Amino acid sequence: MREGAAKIRVRGLSKSFGPKVVLAGLDLDVAVGESVVVIGGSGTGKSVMLKCILGLLEPEAGSVQIDGEEVLGLPAAERERVNRKIGMLFQGSALFDSLKVWENVAFSLLQVSRMDRSAGKARALDTLARVGLGPEVGELWPAELSGGMQKRVALARAIASDPEIIFFDEPTTGLDPIMADVINEMIVKSVRTLGATTLSITHDLASARKIADRIAMLHQGRIIWSGPAREIDRSDNPYVDQFIHGRAEGPIKMEVRR
Amino acid sequence: MQWFLASIGRTFLTFIAATGRLSLFAALGVSHCARPPYYPRQILRQMVDIGYFSLPVVGLTAIFTGMVLALQSYTGFARFQAQGAVATVVVLSMTRELGPVLAGLMVAGRIGASMAAEIGTMRVTDQIDALVTLSTNPFKYLVTPRLLAGTLMLPLLVVVADIIGVFGGYVVGVYKLGFNPAVYLDNTFEHLERIDVISGLTKAAVFGFLVSLLGCYHGYYSRGGAQGVGTATTNAVVSASILILSFNYVITELFFAK
Ligand SMILES: Nc1ncnc2c1ncn2[C@@H]1O[C@H](COP(=O)(O)OP(=O)(O)OP(=O)(O)O)[C@@H](O)[C@H]1O
Ligand SMILES: [Mg+2]
Repeated sequence: MREGAAKIRVRGLSKSFGPKVVLAGLDLDVAVGESVVVIGGSGTGKSVMLKCILGLLEPEAGSVQIDGEEVLGLPAAERERVNRKIGMLFQGSALFDSLKVWENVAFSLLQVSRMDRSAGKARALDTLARVGLGPEVGELWPAELSGGMQKRVALARAIASDPEIIFFDEPTTGLDPIMADVINEMIVKSVRTLGATTLSITHDLASARKIADRIAMLHQGRIIWSGPAREIDRSDNPYVDQFIHGRAEGPIKMEVRR
Repeated sequence: MQWFLASIGRTFLTFIAATGRLSLFAALGVSHCARPPYYPRQILRQMVDIGYFSLPVVGLTAIFTGMVLALQSYTGFARFQAQGAVATVVVLSMTRELGPVLAGLMVAGRIGASMAAEIGTMRVTDQIDALVTLSTNPFKYLVTPRLLAGTLMLPLLVVVADIIGVFGGYVVGVYKLGFNPAVYLDNTFEHLERIDVISGLTKAAVFGFLVSLLGCYHGYYSRGGAQGVGTATTNAVVSASILILSFNYVITELFFAK
């Protein structure tokens, strides 16, 4: 990959909680317009990695560049400007339950771009239609939605302001296979139409194959393998092999105490 | 013995650290009052919640307090033939002490608890992180409107409480204790000075600020799921109540100690 073309460039990212080392010098590049999926076991620090890149957690060491600009340690106001380029779909959707669905989707249009409410609502209903939800859903409260609908609303909120970069944290976990595939389709479709750069996390391989240009595997705080999505079955990496075949035996030792 | 001293020292250090964090939190919340953007909808929602929806609770508290004050002071003062002071005692106790303190405690139970629960839930379900990724400062969006609304609305509530409390005393005085209505009202206003009302309203503003501050503080730093939110709610109410009672003494001292 060419140096200058990296949209997101992570170097030596390290993060521990007390004595527990979660990230140990992680390097990752995401090129402009590329869709990278990070796979890895539960608790290996995938969510922590995203939160460090987003500035929600403060890493001990390392550098994160977005569009060539160092973003670690930026003051809050500067950070807000950078975050305007980014949309994020949280693992648990994280919809604001004191706001109606359409206000959730239009949140950054109303609060950050200061669009007037009727225009914001029209845009929100448009975006909801893009993820396959009718205008009547817009008037509901988040608590009135099923898990799959919440994910779709969260997806709509993440793409509503046409971000250049979108992060997806386990967009399909906990959904039935059909709904999972619907979400995958939507991600692929919304990314194509937006031309956005995306970084996703999943342990659902079907989902990874569908949305990824490139797959990277996180293990013990580092990226131990990365390559084009279609090469994942021929990686010749014992860790990757064990993961994609879901075998209990292999170089990855799950810490199971009896 | 050594163990005992060490534990006192540790408690003291924890206390200092907590005080420091709370002061920092308060300073940050207040500093955002002076910096745009503002969220008028949020402020309005909080004002209605604190001011309007607390009216029944505060009104009931005030009317019974006024009534019992009249009854108690009458039976007490009858022992040395000073029944004429009943109206004065009722109005001074209400405006200087009981109006602000009781309204403050009731609002701590109602509003402080709900703020801690709402913000705490937002914390543990990643909604606060979601605000950051939507380029919205969570402090400005969540904390500052609540601080403003608490500080502005509690004095208004206390004005209402004072009036209702005096009315309660009047009802008991006139219909049960046989005072002449005109004389009772005359006595009420004869000895009432401006400083009595002003000190009471100052207390109310401080208490309103404290209730919002502790509700937000405990919610903002809550962790660990539903149980953590429960703890945060309890802590918000208990600490706000204790601070209200101690600040009540301090403010009284500032106003009336000669
Ligand atoms: N705020 C925190 N405080 C302490 N430890 C944390 C915190 N957040 C995460 N961890 C620890 O960091 C490790 C990685 O957590 P993370 O949520 O990133 O896992 P993950 O790879 O996203 O797993 P999953 O696939 O199950 O979501 C876990 O062992 C967790 O205990
Ligand atoms: Mg995770």
